[in-house]
Amino acid sequence: MPKSKKAAPKAIEKPAAFGPDLNIGTFSREVAPRPPCPVSSLPEDVARRALSAGVRTDELDRAGTYFQIDQSVVFKAMRKKFARKAEILSTKDALKYRWVRNYWWKLVDANTDKYTTLAKLKWDQGYFIRILKDQKIALPLQACMFISKENFNQNVHNLIIAEPGSEAQIITGCAIHPNVQRGLHVGISEFYVKKNAKLIFTMIHNWAQNFNVRPRTAALVDDDATFVNNYVCMKPVKSLQMYPVAYCKGANSKVRFNTILHGGQNSYLDVGSKVVLQSKGTRGEVIARAIASDNAQISARGLLVGEHKDSKAHLECRGLLLSDEASIHAIPELVGKVKGTELSHEAAVGKIAEEQIQYLMARGFSESEAESLIIRGFMDVSIFGLPDALKEDIKRMIDATIGGAL
Amino acid sequence: MLRLENLTVEIVGKRVLQKVNLEIPKGETHVLFGPNGSGKTSLIMSILGFPSYHVTSGKIWFNGMDVTTLPTNERVKLGIGVSFQNPPSIRGVKLGDVLQHLAKGEVDEIKLANATNIPAEFFGRDLNFGFSGGELKRSEILQVLAQRPDFAIFDEPDSGVDVENMEIIGKAISEFLKRRSGLLITHLGHLLRYVKADVAHVMFYGMIACSGEPSKILNLIMKRGYKWCERCPKVKKLRRKR
Repeated sequence: MPKSKKAAPKAIEKPAAFGPDLNIGTFSREVAPRPPCPVSSLPEDVARRALSAGVRTDELDRAGTYFQIDQSVVFKAMRKKFARKAEILSTKDALKYRWVRNYWWKLVDANTDKYTTLAKLKWDQGYFIRILKDQKIALPLQACMFISKENFNQNVHNLIIAEPGSEAQIITGCAIHPNVQRGLHVGISEFYVKKNAKLIFTMIHNWAQNFNVRPRTAALVDDDATFVNNYVCMKPVKSLQMYPVAYCKGANSKVRFNTILHGGQNSYLDVGSKVVLQSKGTRGEVIARAIASDNAQISARGLLVGEHKDSKAHLECRGLLLSDEASIHAIPELVGKVKGTELSHEAAVGKIAEEQIQYLMARGFSESEAESLIIRGFMDVSIFGLPDALKEDIKRMIDATIGGAL
Repeated sequence: MLRLENLTVEIVGKRVLQKVNLEIPKGETHVLFGPNGSGKTSLIMSILGFPSYHVTSGKIWFNGMDVTTLPTNERVKLGIGVSFQNPPSIRGVKLGDVLQHLAKGEVDEIKLANATNIPAEFFGRDLNFGFSGGELKRSEILQVLAQRPDFAIFDEPDSGVDVENMEIIGKAISEFLKRRSGLLITHLGHLLRYVKADVAHVMFYGMIACSGEPSKILNLIMKRGYKWCERCPKVKKLRRKR
């Protein structure tokens, strides 16, 4: 974990460890502010795009909402019924509380690379969500990071705290206006899942063919706490590089990363998940499914680090190639630092087996129906152990994109 | 119902069926014998039209229609069903979804599950994934029952099945074939204790060597083995034709 640094970050020129290096100067920071408005009265085109990333502007089945367009926080509130269970603020407002600074830039180091530095120097809000002690919220909270201006560079910094004994789900959708093609989104997210808390976090990305994305995420998981991180990216993007990390610091803490990627067109995706097991009884599970079509290049990484003798983690990565021009590079890594830690991985990359298509055709499915059935099956989210409503939401999203994109 | 006319089939240039003539009339069940590698499964795959089974000459007729060039799913729609010997497992595709599709929505899950001794919880499981040998066979039969085709092919439904389940699947297949036509492949003939077959054929070298009364042929094969068949003048003639 990085140490707190008072000095100004110096890494503005430093390329990231992975992914293509971007010239930050080619993106614009100029954008007009947007006035706050009720989330239900957002324009139709914004609402539709947000919905495609899992954020409902009608707030149906949602406990609270944060909505940011470019640099402006247009809406942030818990719904009345849930108002005493959690807080939603912009991070700028949250930092007015001195104690919040104890959580700010404590898990992600601003000097990691040029993108973290950019987020520190040119920071555009982000959300602060705090689930209060022992509060269990049945419906998900939602947050949307929206970009409405062509070539804009948005740098958000989110802070999520699940207080002891709390339970919640958060859905974060990132989307752009249909007119936006090019841009850069940098998102810092720091998670603190405290004793006995359970947080299911789902990030859904819906970008465009010329868009660049550099999320930087870290989570600290305390005693007996559970952190589930789901990531879904089904639409093309120019380049997406992220390697979120979760530290199982507390005894018996559990972490699970579920990732579903579809790389289409010329997408370049370099996505991984890291789990560091630091205490007794810690458990980690990383599951990734990647589909590459057209000319997409996907690197699917995973790293499990066992630092305690009573720790266990498994990594499973499966890749499906739908085109000869596409490629999937699975890079599973295991680092055992003490004896007694149990780390394992399995990875498989291949195309659809002809035998499976023929079998389904013998069951009356056409060739294309058989392919789509196999692809949908490959993306089966029931193995992720998610709550039913969330599972259905993600399934719907995958179905919608598979229908059109493949 | 089904007629193969001088059917010759190759897989990547290798001949697997040679001038096969076979007719299964409506309402009849035929059984196919033959040693390993004699072409029984190739015959089935060719009837189904799997793309790697390339028909170089001859025709396949189904209900008076030439289906030689039809894709597999179109043949299935016309009323051909099959229970495979070694079905592949497909992750994320649920057995129940396939059954729904086969039955066009009308599926009495409990009845079918009982008939094949497949627990209903299997319907929510990934297709053939983690099924035992016997479960695979029963699930295959279950799919044919759900589809209710006019003509059903069963490729070794009885191999690797325990005694109790043998009776269950034997009765299920027998009941199913009562008002239908079928083609059965069985190695040990256990199934013939339950299923009444009208004609048996013995395959050698991708050809049909002889046809006749099923119990008579089965008894001879069981008693003397295929080695004895190889000394038959008819089989010797086929070997030369290869």
